[in-house]
Order: sequence, then C-alpha cells, then structure tokens
Amino acid sequence: MPRLSPVSKRAAPARTKAATGIPGLDKITDGGIPRGRTSLVIGGPGSGKTIFAMRFLVVGAESLGEPGIFVAFEESVDRLVVNMDGFGWNVGALVPDGICFVDAQPAPDLIQSGTFDLDGMLAALEGLARRMGAKRIVFDALDIVLALLPDAAAQRREVYRLHAWLAANELTAIITAKASAPETEGKTTGHPFSFMQFMVDCAVLLNHSVVLGVSQRSLRIQKYRGSGFNENESPFVIGKNGLDVAISRMLGRSDSEATSERVSSGVARLDTMLGGGYYRAAAILITGFPGTAKTTLSGAFAESACRRGERTLFVSFDSDGVEIVRNLASVGIRLAPYVKSGLLQMISARTITGSAETLLVRIKALAHDHRAQCLVIDPVSVLAQTGNELTAHGVAERLIDWTKADNITLMCTSLLDEMSSSAQTTTPLHVSTLADTWIHLNYLVQAGERNRGLAIIKSRGTAHSNQVRELILSADGVTLADIYTAGGEVVMGTLRWEKERSQRAAAEGAEVASKLKRVRLDAEEAELQVRLKSLHTELVAKQVERTLLAHTTENNAQESSRGRTRIRELRGADLPKRAARK
Amino acid sequence: MSRPIPYRFRLYVAGEAENSSRALANLQAICRTCLGGRHAIEIVDVFKEPARCLADRVFMTPTLVRLEPAPVRTIVGTLSDTDAVLRVLGLTASAV
Repeated sequence: MPRLSPVSKRAAPARTKAATGIPGLDKITDGGIPRGRTSLVIGGPGSGKTIFAMRFLVVGAESLGEPGIFVAFEESVDRLVVNMDGFGWNVGALVPDGICFVDAQPAPDLIQSGTFDLDGMLAALEGLARRMGAKRIVFDALDIVLALLPDAAAQRREVYRLHAWLAANELTAIITAKASAPETEGKTTGHPFSFMQFMVDCAVLLNHSVVLGVSQRSLRIQKYRGSGFNENESPFVIGKNGLDVAISRMLGRSDSEATSERVSSGVARLDTMLGGGYYRAAAILITGFPGTAKTTLSGAFAESACRRGERTLFVSFDSDGVEIVRNLASVGIRLAPYVKSGLLQMISARTITGSAETLLVRIKALAHDHRAQCLVIDPVSVLAQTGNELTAHGVAERLIDWTKADNITLMCTSLLDEMSSSAQTTTPLHVSTLADTWIHLNYLVQAGERNRGLAIIKSRGTAHSNQVRELILSADGVTLADIYTAGGEVVMGTLRWEKERSQRAAAEGAEVASKLKRVRLDAEEAELQVRLKSLHTELVAKQVERTLLAHTTENNAQESSRGRTRIRELRGADLPKRAARK
Repeated sequence: MSRPIPYRFRLYVAGEAENSSRALANLQAICRTCLGGRHAIEIVDVFKEPARCLADRVFMTPTLVRLEPAPVRTIVGTLSDTDAVLRVLGLTASAV
C-alpha cells in the first residue's frame, strides 16, 4: 500500500508550479505545470509527448536541482537517451543522479492471466525516489501497461492507485498517453482512457495534423485546476531544442520600450520622404508585384545597416545569397564586403519547407545565433503558402511581436498577386495592418513603358510624403526622382525625360529670345544716339548759319547807311542825324 | 521423477494485496493438482524488496516467473485462468 513519505511540505504560493523548460508553455501556464500534482500529456503518434516529458526532467535535473525518474513503457532506455541527444540535451551525463531511467517495457513474451496491479512498480519507484530525492517523475506511454489490464474498471483502479501514490509522494508527474487525432480535438468521451483526463490536475493535448501536405502542430491546455491559462491552441514546432511553443503577446506583458531612433533606409531621398528614415525596431513592409525592386530596396536597407556596423540577417526565399549579392552589386549596392566580414549573413531559405511556424522558429534561431539587429525577410508572403493559410496570420503577428521585443528592425517584402489590379491590395498575411511603415512599389504602364513608382502608404509616427516618386535603378545606386504631372496624369520614364527636355529647351529658347531683344534694343539706342549727334551737328551749323546771316545783314545795313551818308556828304545836302545811329 | 525439484517458481507479490493473495492461492492449487509437490515457490514481496523488483524489472504485481525448467516464462496476473497458466507452463490437468 502506498505510504506517506516524509517529504517536507513546501506548498508556498510561489512554488505551486513546476517549470517544464519548454519556451512558451511556461508562459501560457504562468510558470509551468502544477507542482506536486499529476499532469497528463495526450497526443497521437509522433506528436512530441516523449520530448515534452523528457524536457521536463532535463530542466529539472540540470537547472532547478530537482532530480527525476523516467519510467519508460514503450521505448528502450538506450534508444531514448540517444534520441534525446539530438536535441543537444546531454541526458547521458545526468544519469543516474539527475535522471534515473526505469525500463518498464512489458516483456514481449509476457503472458497475462487474470488481473494485476501496479503496486510492484510503485513500491520499486518509491524506494528509488526516496534514494535519489526525486521531485519529478514521468510515466511515458502509460497506456501500454493499462491496455494489458482486462477491463475498464481495473484500468481506472490502477490509475487512481497511481494518482494517490503520486500525491502521497509529492512528486510532480507527467503521464503521457496516446490518443488518436479526433480525441485531441477536445472530445473527452470515447477515449479508452478518457477518465484520466478527469482525474489529473492538468491536461495538455498535443495535436499533429497535416493541412494540404504541410505538417501543423499545436498544443492546447484542456484543463488546469486552480490556475488561469491560455485556452487557445498554440502552434508549436519540434526544433533543435525540443518543443518550442509559440505564444502571442499576453495581456499584462509590458510593452517593449519604444525608441525614437531613426535608421536609414539606404536611399537618401526615401529617408527624406519618411522624415528621417525608419524607426528602429519598426516593422517595415514593402509590397509590390514581381520585379518592382522590392529586393533592391531591402538590399539598400541591409547595406546601410551594415555600414552603421549593425549585424544583419538577410533571409531570402527566392534566390541564393550569392545571387542576391551579385544582383544587387549591379545597382551599386555592395554587400559582398559585409558578407565577408561576417556582419551580414545571407540565408537562402528556398529549400526550406514546412509550416509557417517552422519557418518562424528557424528564422528566430538564425537571428538569435547571428545576434541580428536588422532582419530582412524576402518575401514574407511565403509564410502564407499552401497549407499555411490558417496559421500564417498568427505567425506574422508573432514575427513582428518578437522583433519588437528583441529590438530588431524588421524589413519584409510581400509579393502581391500578379493578377490583382488594385494597386493597394491587402497582403495575404495582413502584415500591412501590423507593419509600422508600408511602402508600396508599383508599375506604371505608360507609353509602352513600365516604370517603377514608390509610394509610402503609411508610416506610423512619422511625417511622410504623400507623393509618388519614380524609383530609378542605376549602376550608381537607387534614387528617387520627382515625377511630373501632366494633364492630371503622372509622367515617368522616357515621358518624364522628354518632358524634362522640352522644359529645358523652352527655357533656353526664352533666354535666347531675351538676349536677342536686348541686342536689338542696344542697336536701336545706338542708332538713335548717332542720329542725335548728327542732328546736333546740324543744329550747330544752322546756328552758325543764322549768326552769319545776322552778321551779314548788319554789315549790309551799315554798308547801305554808310553809303547813304556818303551820298549825302557827297551831295552835301542834309546833316547826318547822329541820334539816329546807334 | 527425473530430478528432485523440476519446477522452480518465483512469485512477486505486493504484500497482502488481494490480487497477490489470489495469485498465490491459484499457484499453490495448480502445483498441488498438476505437480504433486515436485516444485519450489519463492515469494518476493515488492514492498520489502523494492530494489530487487527494479533490478528484476518487475513492475506489475502479481508476477509469476518460471525459472525452471528453461526457458524462463513470465505470467502476470492472478493466475485465475487455469487453462492458460497450464498451457504456458507446459502442463495439462491430466498430466499428474
């Protein structure tokens, strides 16, 4: 019979939960699974039950000073240890003081006659637990041994026996059991061991489904006595560190500090349009059709980040890293030196397949390893590829949530549907609503040309230009040109150039005309001056002539008067009148 | 009677638990009727020797192990299904 073990009672409020060591799950449950109680982990084959349970023991033994026992009903201990080494947990090193494995696989030739009970196992485990001071215990695949019991009543009896034993020994326990997919969808009846779900204090369902050929894993806490928890399904992945449960921001979590620091977009005029650049830790979305220079703009951002000495991760789902470096070099964006120095890491994720969640986890791991401050995902719309439609939006939300929390400036591009006619379609991921800055690149087809137009659709917290600019790629780099509006229509490309040229010509013409006019006026003035001079000369001549005339007339008069006097004198008749003479 | 004790059994029991007591009673009855005393039964109480259970990898009680004649056979349960037990042990009720 189970006996109370003399373990001291330490049920302090802060110690009511036992951390599982699974990132995300401890947050969802606000600390872990109930301490000193039994938790049930149910899932189909390959749903990650054993990894879940093993992580619980590893974290207990390694970091929390809580040794544990692993009772394996299904797999041999050797294989378990080897399998777990794949997650980088050196389980072997923790044996036997940290983790003790108990191989409880029923012998293959075992014959059963009549009912039996688990007293033998519990007695053996109790001795072991006391000897090693175990605080945690895992029963992996308990269903195997329960299935040997002849009837449901016996199964129930043994589960209650186990439950009572665990409670008496104050062990925090995880029991894993198999269940096919329909049972994990929340149905509790019909399952052969469904009574376990009622008995335990916490039940976690692991679901593994395949949607359109893409594996999707999710975890849901079905019950948790005496604690609040996130009731929704949370996607998780089995990554290189074991289970990684995705969590969205929970209520009450303090916001990461918002910064007003600006980072350059790599295009000077775009910075001006944005009133100084992007905000640090902002999420920037660039949408556009194929070939609208989304990658180029991302590359410009990456280059400027590297120039500032910031570690940058460039994840491309389209092409190889070397191809991008080569292609961007053709428009004057030189990434090669930074790749060489290790500042910039180019990741080609073209071949990575899997659920959106898997991609996010991989990107997170890469960014973490690279200690990235700037992250480019080109394009982010792959997250919504076939099979991921349902989860992709949540993934995008968590992506942005994560980058903000880690103060990473995120730039993602999103491909728009080619057939879509609207210039500002929403992206399939609805990233557009989450993004802080949304730049839309568009083709304007005009006069037999396609030209790239750039517009800032939104930019939270920054003044931004309302103008559509033409994006010009040249060997010298990326520039933005003003565009002309002519007759209510924007003019780009060659037409813009022609317009510019004609304006230039008109200005030149006007200048020439004014010059000509000035010359003509000068000439006229000069002519007038000449005429003025000649007239003056004529005037002087006339004056001289007039003086001469007057002089002559006087002389004549004197002559004639003198003549008359002479005549009178000669005649001697009259006296000359002196008074009459002047 | 080729050998003095051709049948050697070991029965793991959980103290005085009901299943264990029934298994012991059933085993003794079978041995009496079929083997006529040419047997030896060792009883291991898991509560008294938990470490031995662990070493012998016995987790369900009661567990009967036939040590001799070889090969070793293991039967779990109360041994209430006499026919099955006899079949496993290579005996028949008439082979007295």
